[in-house]
Amino acid sequence: MPETAFSDYKSTATRAPSLEPVKLEGGWDNSASLRPVWPDLAKRDADLTINGRVNGDPIGERIVVEGRLTDEAGRPVPGALIEIWQANAAGRYVHREEMHAAPLDPNFLGAGRCISAADGSYRFITIKPGSYPWGNHRNAWRPAHIHFSIFGAGLAQRLVTQMYFPGDPTLRYDPIFNATRDARIRNRLISRFSIEDTVPNWAHCLKFDICLAGAYGTPFEEGHDHG
Amino acid sequence: MADMRDFGEMDADDKGGVHDYSYEDTGAVDASPGLTPSQTVGPFFAYGLTPGPYGYAFPEIHKTDLAGADVAGERIEIIGHVFDRDGVRVHDAVIEIVQADASGTYVHAPRNDGFTGFGRCGTGAQGKDADTHFKFRTVKPGASQRGAAPFVTLIVTMRGLLNHMITRMYFPEDDLARDPVIAQVPETRRGTLVAKNAGPGRYRFDIRMQGPEETVFFDL
Repeated sequence: MPETAFSDYKSTATRAPSLEPVKLEGGWDNSASLRPVWPDLAKRDADLTINGRVNGDPIGERIVVEGRLTDEAGRPVPGALIEIWQANAAGRYVHREEMHAAPLDPNFLGAGRCISAADGSYRFITIKPGSYPWGNHRNAWRPAHIHFSIFGAGLAQRLVTQMYFPGDPTLRYDPIFNATRDARIRNRLISRFSIEDTVPNWAHCLKFDICLAGAYGTPFEEGHDHG
Repeated sequence: MADMRDFGEMDADDKGGVHDYSYEDTGAVDASPGLTPSQTVGPFFAYGLTPGPYGYAFPEIHKTDLAGADVAGERIEIIGHVFDRDGVRVHDAVIEIVQADASGTYVHAPRNDGFTGFGRCGTGAQGKDADTHFKFRTVKPGASQRGAAPFVTLIVTMRGLLNHMITRMYFPEDDLARDPVIAQVPETRRGTLVAKNAGPGRYRFDIRMQGPEETVFFDL
């Protein structure tokens, strides 16, 4: 189990458990094959440039964020619920406790969701989020990022993480990004600009592939229909 | 920048500045293939993950009431608080529950009774100064394995946690002596996994992130 605390990220001091998690022999129970049922989602919920629209287009740089969900063996994870949330182009969240002095965009909510397709692929259309300051230390800035929440098959395929943007100058100063201590693992969180998948005359494409654990670290049943 | 305090992150005594982590990277470091690491859920999840109870204009897809009219079983309510090291109630935690139905069966496909076995609740729906509890209405699960006691799985995450944590809630009226998971928990800590009676059909399950009664979390 990876570390749950990182001293440079201050609030982990009071919230991260101090004791090691109990490692179980024999697994959790027969929920290993748990296949959560999600409601049908509106197609527009994967397009953040329209799902918060009130009277016009949101401001900012339109981007496509897409990728594939796979397990450790490289097999696609279809049917997973992917939920995202982010700041707007000015670095402001809709959240009511957010006090950063940057404008809200009346046409941008910043939340989206979709279900991964049969080949594990997903695709969002959104606005590139801005960087914003936070109170961890003097002159602390979060790099631009998109939060991801993923629920695949079984408890082992729950993942909450953040996607970052290539070339962001604030990445090297961010204790949250750097809370993943191994640089080669941490860099999996940086999306990749793809000229091949960039839509001409319309939007840049950022690729963010996501690798989930197997359900309880065991292979899926061959031929089992997860779709 | 007094408004920054509202994030709950500012340490008033901290005059320290920016830390540059790049000394650890000798030149360009590529990503290695493998599992995508976890990062904190942060403080601003509500309009994406739990929009309904917080009043955001985004349709809710996760319920805190799992016990629709057609779902068979004993109606129960689970209520609790999340406490940090200092005993402060955490107002920005996400609690998810996963459970079997009253017969001990997990959901693998959409069902006629609408039971999903999954619920999600944020602790700050009433505002960060309110009583920041989580609450679910559901049915009591049946035992999902022979010899095991019934339980509800809880997935716990919040600002200030790098990974989500997984625990389970047992019921005080059940025989836990032969449960294969309880047996692997140090005896002195088992009590943190057992809900307290809080009236007919009502259970209290508090989650303590640190302290003498730190909740047991599991590594799957």
